[in-house]
Amino acid sequence: MIAELSHYALVLALALAIMQAVLPLWGAAKNDATLMGVAEPVAIANFAFVALAFAGLTALYIGSDFSVTNVFENSHSAKPLIYKITGVWGNHEGSMLLWVLVLALFSAFVAAFGGNLPARLRANALGVQGLIATAFLLFILTTSNPFLRLEPAPAEGRDLNPILQDLGLAIHPPLLYLGYVGFSISFAFAVAALLEGKIDAAWARWVRPWTLAAWVFLTLGIAMGSYWAYYELGWGGFWFWDPVENASVLPWLTGTALLHSALVVEKRDALKIWTVLLAILAFSLSLLGTFLVRSGVLTSVHAFATDPTRGVFILAILAFFIGGSLALFAWRAPELKPGGIFAPVSREGALILNNLLLTAAAATVLTGTLYPLALEALTGEKISVGAPFFNRTVGPLMLLLLVLMPAGPLLAWKRGDALGAAQRLVLAGGIALAAVILLYITAGGSLMAAISLFVAVFAIAGAITEFAERIQLFRVSAGELFSRAIGLPRAAYGSIFAHAGIGLALLGIVAESNWSTERIVALKPGDQVSIASFNLGYTGIGRREGPNWIEDVGRFEVRRGGTLVAVAEPAKRVYVARGMPTTEASIHTFGLGQLYVTINDPEQGGGVSARIYWKPLVLLIWLGPVLMAVGGVLSLSDRRLRIGAPRRAARAAVAPAE
Amino acid sequence: MSRRQRRLLLIGLALGVLGLAAALALSALRETIVFFHSPTEIAEKNIQPGTRIRIGGLVKEGTIKRDGLEARFEVTDGGNSLPVVYRGVLPDLFREGQGVVAEGVLDGSGGFRADTVLAKHDENYMPREVVDALKEQGYWQHGVKQ
Repeated sequence: MIAELSHYALVLALALAIMQAVLPLWGAAKNDATLMGVAEPVAIANFAFVALAFAGLTALYIGSDFSVTNVFENSHSAKPLIYKITGVWGNHEGSMLLWVLVLALFSAFVAAFGGNLPARLRANALGVQGLIATAFLLFILTTSNPFLRLEPAPAEGRDLNPILQDLGLAIHPPLLYLGYVGFSISFAFAVAALLEGKIDAAWARWVRPWTLAAWVFLTLGIAMGSYWAYYELGWGGFWFWDPVENASVLPWLTGTALLHSALVVEKRDALKIWTVLLAILAFSLSLLGTFLVRSGVLTSVHAFATDPTRGVFILAILAFFIGGSLALFAWRAPELKPGGIFAPVSREGALILNNLLLTAAAATVLTGTLYPLALEALTGEKISVGAPFFNRTVGPLMLLLLVLMPAGPLLAWKRGDALGAAQRLVLAGGIALAAVILLYITAGGSLMAAISLFVAVFAIAGAITEFAERIQLFRVSAGELFSRAIGLPRAAYGSIFAHAGIGLALLGIVAESNWSTERIVALKPGDQVSIASFNLGYTGIGRREGPNWIEDVGRFEVRRGGTLVAVAEPAKRVYVARGMPTTEASIHTFGLGQLYVTINDPEQGGGVSARIYWKPLVLLIWLGPVLMAVGGVLSLSDRRLRIGAPRRAARAAVAPAE
Repeated sequence: MSRRQRRLLLIGLALGVLGLAAALALSALRETIVFFHSPTEIAEKNIQPGTRIRIGGLVKEGTIKRDGLEARFEVTDGGNSLPVVYRGVLPDLFREGQGVVAEGVLDGSGGFRADTVLAKHDENYMPREVVDALKEQGYWQHGVKQ
């Protein structure tokens, strides 16, 4: 009954999505306020029905109704409740439903809080959102319906893929989708602006918060996915340049570029055409990501068994939205009037360079990801493009971006002082150089490591320099400093945090890839093994049982300088329903470093082969993005305060307005 | 600076960055791509030992031998098979009869030294290259399972 009702709700949602697509767009073209007014209630109703369907599927999972094929294939009655719920989106059908739910949620937000938008812009944007919702609801209902029944109903389900039975699944896909789908709003606004042939600072002020919100979610989603892969897969790696990972990085790179270029539109009324193009590209690449993940055209460690017909359907959706929006762009973009003039050395110029480097990085990632497909189609040769390619292409571009980054915020709008900015960064450069000399000599590493380390420290020191400049450190009294720090706009803190965050992440990456130590050893009970400053004593293997699994747990007493600091218990686990083994790594954090232990299948007599890593500063890889996200949220909260209120110009005299 | 000059400068800058990216990508592509070969192709073609390649097929039944950290097994596409040596921790879903993709070099005496064995997240998933290799040898009857 629940399945049928949910299915019905989804069909109704499709009908509403079609209404949301057709009526407001038609109304905006005819300038008919009544038709345009349909958009908001329909968008909210559409969300309600998609949410109903989603709640229905969740209820089916919680109730372990195995007469529904999707539940049978991905759930098990013995599974803990949390994984019954997260299992809803741990499969193709459910994850597409989550995708549409997030889309509908964003539409509903625009409908509910878009009161101060111009009516036509709002109607057009919601109409475009309706088109996207229509396409994906059609996709779900025709090729990926999660509510199909099974006759006769099996007594027990086939369980969820054990790798997905983890808290990571509860957080990672929803965050990622909030990011991916969030870019649909910037896309919808861009298309709406093209339809109207008008873009101004107000448009940018509207697009930026949505882009920023999507970017915050995507940043956290990618970081979360990386940490999840790191601890769950038991390989000790945090990034594999796998096609599916690339698919999430592409919208992130373009989205980051969009954030910065929208700033120029908002403050200086320039770069409008480019910004519209970026908004289209960011979402197009999100769609491409969905296609790559869902179609199985690329061999990926993430790939799950898929049905080729779905790939064709998504390809059609992709062609329609990317082709359509780019055609509209080619037709209408010349009508957008170019705005303010600026000198090459200026904040605008710096932001353009930022955009060029980010989009060039995105282009190389896209090339590396799609090249194997193209080559196979043309010559039949099968190749793989792996980490070495991306490290050698994206690496230098990002290093260049990060080494230039600290200068950007120190340049004034319109006409900047390059020499002045350079002088103010001398101290940061000195600190970075000192760090390189110190760490490089003590820990060693390649030339690339030294350069990366310099850039990482310089980026962090540069962000701190920006803060110091803004509050005029060393130039005013302590009390004055405090009031200046309080008075800084939150958006300024946002950029400082985000810029420092990316530097920290790079520092973590440099440390992980150069100063990690790894030992692979075969051990008998009683054996000792040392790594870095730790000594691990292997005491033996035991057996442990969970609700739906059994595991062999190795026990290692970790000592540092003779004192017991931790007991590592890595395990080899088998999930009973599928008979599928997984590796459960044991991870202990010391400062910002981690001790990471995994074991192989135990041998007769309690022997085991273990893989032990010491990874110094590794936590920075994920704390950096968290800091970036915090920066994004701070910047968002600033926007909300300012929207509708006259901007305070007085501050601009003290600090360059953000 | 006039709008026209500014535009020329911007175009120059854009071309510069794109040129840099293209140069990086081209040189990296030349040196870092890895070709995929099925065991039959390796038997037929003359591939230099020491060149990094990927191989793939099914892990042949009854061929897995483990010795401490070292694992030996054969990869077959139905027609030919290739002995593989791998030192390290094997992925969780590594089993006899399962599809596998490994990266490494030919050792020059008819074997393959792998330094990476690709893991999968899903037991139903079969790498596309492996499916193609099996199809070429006529050993693929049932479609990719759901």
